[in-house]
Amino acid sequence: MAATVTPEAVEKTIIEALPQFGVEESDISRDATFEDLDVDSLDLAELSQIIEDEYGVQLKGDDVGRIKTVGDAIDMVVTRAG
Amino acid sequence: MGDLVSRPENATALVTGASRGIGAAIAKGLAADGWAVAVNYRSDADGAKRTVQAIEAAGGRAVAIQGDVANGACEDLFERAEAELGPVMALINNAGVTADGLAVQLDDDDWSKVIDTNLTAAFRLTRRAVRSMIRARYGRVINIASVVGPRANAGQANYAAAKAGLIGMTKTVATEVARRGVTVNAVAPGFIETDMTADLAERAAEHIPARRPGKPEDVAAAVRYLASDDAGYVTGTTLYVDGGMSA
Repeated sequence: MAATVTPEAVEKTIIEALPQFGVEESDISRDATFEDLDVDSLDLAELSQIIEDEYGVQLKGDDVGRIKTVGDAIDMVVTRAG
Repeated sequence: MGDLVSRPENATALVTGASRGIGAAIAKGLAADGWAVAVNYRSDADGAKRTVQAIEAAGGRAVAIQGDVANGACEDLFERAEAELGPVMALINNAGVTADGLAVQLDDDDWSKVIDTNLTAAFRLTRRAVRSMIRARYGRVINIASVVGPRANAGQANYAAAKAGLIGMTKTVATEVARRGVTVNAVAPGFIETDMTADLAERAAEHIPARRPGKPEDVAAAVRYLASDDAGYVTGTTLYVDGGMSA
């Protein structure tokens, strides 16, 4: 069963997932760009899968290409779920 | 890539088109190396059963899984392989068909059939496999290409396009996933003696520097190497098994 999508829940999922890509938890904020966090396209593809597994929300390659910041990612998931 | 990472326990190899010929030899070879093997087949249930029996008789683990890779069997294959054996950590895209004819006479169906099975199905299976592999930080994708594609073979424009496409796909996907410990390579067999080619063998031999056709086990040996932990730094390459034909 997919979890309910709320901005808070998605934010938590993303914050918990990012350290496995080598991101320091203290560097994570809504405004932080994935580029600054050194999170590349493959990391984002993997993050998309984690989100899909958790919430059943599918992000396409195009969507992922438009995501610049952590906040963008959260908003994208919430929008796609709605 | 980086560190040498060992194959996880219960790692399963999914070999498409493994009821006979090259696919069966690959399945048996990987099983001998300790892989649990999902033996996929489309229509030859007896052949797949023989492959499984041979593996089990040698002390290995295998199951036969029916499914037409060109007709949406992808997800189902993975689910069954993972339910019955374990996580698919190696995918061998071996299933292939031919529909020969000179380009001027090749109809759309012959074109599509060959592209769908040999290239599009391999892509879909690769996409599915790699999703799990990048998260597992381990994986092997091995695409069975051909000497046809990199070089011409009159009467096989569709097959050549599919196999050349497979090699192109291999290279690009390899670069995308390399730093997750997932390797993607191709093996390009030349003239291999199977049921399908038996009556052509003698005539073909004179065009092969080694002066003999290869055996399915020759191709399997290359696959076994690329699937091994020792090959963890080999990715995006095509290993020719052709007695020197492409040299």
